[in-house]
Amino acid sequence: MARNHVTTTINGDPVEFLCDTEQTLLDVLRDELHLTGSKEGCASGDCGACSVTMDGRLVCACLVLAVETQGAEVETIEGMADGDRLHPLQQKFLDHAALQCGVCTPGFLVAAKSLLERNPDPTESEVRYWLAGNLCRCTGYDKIVRAVLDTAAEMRE
Amino acid sequence: MSEPNNRRPYRVLGTTPLREDGVEKVMGQARFADDVFLPRMLHAAVVRSPHAHAKIRKISTHKATAMPGVFAVLTGSDFPTLEPTILSHSDASTTDDLKDISENCMARDRVLYDGHVVAAVAALSRHVAQQAAEAIDVEYEILAPILDIEEALNEETPALHEDFTPGQFVLQTKKASANASGFEMNIGEDQDAFSTAEVVVEKRYRTRCVHQGYIEPHAVTVQWGSDGIMTVWTCTQGHFAIREQLSIVLQHPLSKIKVIPTEVGGGFGGKDLIYVEPAAALLAKKTGCPVKMVMSRAETLRGTGPSPGAVINVRLASDKKGTLLAADLELLYEAGAYPGGPVGSAGLAATSRYKISNQTIRGVEVLLNKPKMKQYRAPGGVPVNFAVESTIDILASKVGIDPLDFRLKNAMAEGDRMVTGLPCPKIGGRELLEAVRDHSHYRTPLSGPRQGRGMAYALWFGAGKTSSVSMTVHGDGSVLLNVGTPDLSGTRLTLSMQAAEVLGIDVAEVSARVLDTDSIAFSYKTVASRTTHSTGIAVYQAANNALREMARRAAVYWDIEESSVAITRGSFSDLGNPSRCLSFFELAKLLEKLGGPITVYGNASPGSNGCQLAAHLVDVEVEVDTGKINLLRYTAFQDAGNAIHPDYVSGQMQGGAAQGVGWALNEAYFYSEDGKLLNTSLLDYRMPTAVDLPDIETVILETPNPNHPFGVRGVGEVPIMPPAGAIANALYNAAGIRMTELPMSPGTVLEKIKENID
Ligand code: FES
Ligand code: FES
Repeated sequence: MARNHVTTTINGDPVEFLCDTEQTLLDVLRDELHLTGSKEGCASGDCGACSVTMDGRLVCACLVLAVETQGAEVETIEGMADGDRLHPLQQKFLDHAALQCGVCTPGFLVAAKSLLERNPDPTESEVRYWLAGNLCRCTGYDKIVRAVLDTAAEMRE
Repeated sequence: MSEPNNRRPYRVLGTTPLREDGVEKVMGQARFADDVFLPRMLHAAVVRSPHAHAKIRKISTHKATAMPGVFAVLTGSDFPTLEPTILSHSDASTTDDLKDISENCMARDRVLYDGHVVAAVAALSRHVAQQAAEAIDVEYEILAPILDIEEALNEETPALHEDFTPGQFVLQTKKASANASGFEMNIGEDQDAFSTAEVVVEKRYRTRCVHQGYIEPHAVTVQWGSDGIMTVWTCTQGHFAIREQLSIVLQHPLSKIKVIPTEVGGGFGGKDLIYVEPAAALLAKKTGCPVKMVMSRAETLRGTGPSPGAVINVRLASDKKGTLLAADLELLYEAGAYPGGPVGSAGLAATSRYKISNQTIRGVEVLLNKPKMKQYRAPGGVPVNFAVESTIDILASKVGIDPLDFRLKNAMAEGDRMVTGLPCPKIGGRELLEAVRDHSHYRTPLSGPRQGRGMAYALWFGAGKTSSVSMTVHGDGSVLLNVGTPDLSGTRLTLSMQAAEVLGIDVAEVSARVLDTDSIAFSYKTVASRTTHSTGIAVYQAANNALREMARRAAVYWDIEESSVAITRGSFSDLGNPSRCLSFFELAKLLEKLGGPITVYGNASPGSNGCQLAAHLVDVEVEVDTGKINLLRYTAFQDAGNAIHPDYVSGQMQGGAAQGVGWALNEAYFYSEDGKLLNTSLLDYRMPTAVDLPDIETVILETPNPNHPFGVRGVGEVPIMPPAGAIANALYNAAGIRMTELPMSPGTVLEKIKENID
């Protein structure tokens, strides 16, 4: 079975890979490129642990076929910090103890970043609705919501 | 969050430093089990039974074996045959019969639930492995499944197992009928307590299976070297438990199994048992390649977890002033396909927060065609707390007393006799209930129609058990802390904090690791709210040992008697010449000349971790057209003994409350009539999202646990218990309907509202 050759951009770097047609973007990120920050919690679009952006749109990497990323710009959790300098959201998640096990954290961070890019001043309810596609089983969301609101406030300053 | 009152002499404890492993986690670099990649690694997939109960007539694997990229196929006949094996030593991580566990990992001649593993295959990629698994033909002879508790207990129902080893999780049960085993606890002599009591309430409750719902599915990678040494990378709450189980199930010596714990994406009681691990190991042995096996979400829901559904009968009696006189409870819990579910721990926690002099608690666990039931945060505690706390409210209203006052009046206190017959240890139950009464939430009037406020109260025991740690003081003054208890939520930090407190240094100087089974002495699992408590005691010992050894080195340095060295808050001084003084850091720098770095150990096996107490207060609003319950305000109160890291304590309280709310309102397993699990995705198995929950305010109290050097109590489990009862009571106050089943989903609530109108 011939594999597909895909040229794309991931976190600003040009990337080429070979993939099977049925492989999802999540499969390729994790298994082929070993960018394992995106997590698989369900593979059906229900948990948000695999959240990435594609051409600026928040998507579940498990619902995108890898071949669809031909020519696209993909951003993953691995591209969120600037070298060692954490993105303000990453720092606030730490400050607010917004993670326990941490497996949902990359997905929440990618989703929250995408929210703040669209809406720098969200209400609590807007944050909760935007993040409703991300499941966290550990925290009860309270500290996550607070971390996002606090980041938004700080970034507006 | 209200901070605990800071009356304590601590420097590090009670502060909120950042966790060392946090940066990797927010950057996506932390290595979870599915993030393990080894050279030449193969991927495995399993075949699962589509039937709830069937004989396996024949398994044809030739089509799968012939597929390109397929390396090996495995069935039950590749597993060693075991006699019933129960580990009896006190630190056994597994109280189940290991023969059952082996058959649960892969069926032999019969499948006992939908999703029971029948065969496995290793191939070049996950996709090929899955295709090959689909190509394996299994011929079944379908048998009638047993799907509910009453049916299993019916005398006409055939036995699921010819013989079985009765479950012994927390309490030993005895075989009671073909499909059941049970226990009974009694205290009090008054046979007539019920017939003479002025007020008696009896009610029957029913709950369904609920999954632990960790976001990371089970995953394992196994390498089986030609030297016979098996290395296992897996996400687990107890790598020593996994080693112990693999050793028996595969009949392989403990010394030749090394289990490396990866980061764990949630466990909640569901990740301390082997599932696909032995199959991955045998495939690795067969192929000579490392084999990785990752469960899908559907496999996780069908084949692991859940917490049992239950039928609970509660009878309570009081006098007309509201003093509880007697309790009679029957707990019927599902065991699933094999014995060993959490009915014993449910029985212990059923009433243990109230002083009741006459009690009978009967627990029964029932074998049926569902997955082997597992512990889930305060194992078994949620259904029985829902049942008892609902009944308490009914009783209080019959007597005509405010439900909070009723609970205060009957709250158990130190020295009262518990259902076990033992006296209650020191707890802050009354203080906790008074904190609810004095909180603004309790005093603020509700703001609209169809709103109600409710509360529930809970106590959970948790466990102590063995923890081992080692600690090295390096020549640069930094400290390495090695532990054997996996970190599910930030315990590396709460343990480092306790070390830093004793050593008198900054917590940033302590770096903590969870080591593999080869590298640290035996430690029991991270379960039962025990890690910060019990491993904390071992850390306390190790840190004190380190100080003593440093004092010895200082004595050598100053050429004085060891007893002449005084240790105060991280500095060492010469009692005979107080001007001679070395800080921890200065002395550490001298270690190179004084015998090199210091490595010390700590080992603790406390009997318990102090009782955990929680009370939750909730305001709800009911949509009468849809039956949907909206949570308006939520406050969780808990006694942490000593909140080492207050943010982590409140995080446990919020996370537990959220899981309890899911259990109360949405979550349940749905089975078809022939026993197939119908909701196998996270869309259909609906856990709370950020919009389903309000802010969860937390109030932390601190009644020190006399059995921990810093007064720590277990924290993690109890907050899952009160939500269902609190919401049910609030719903009653909002709409006058009394729910006796979980979940209180819109459909069931609507039905009840309609019944009420008719
Ligand atoms: S793995 Fe993609 S949404 Fe869950
Ligand atoms: S922190 Fe564990 S799932 Fe969110």
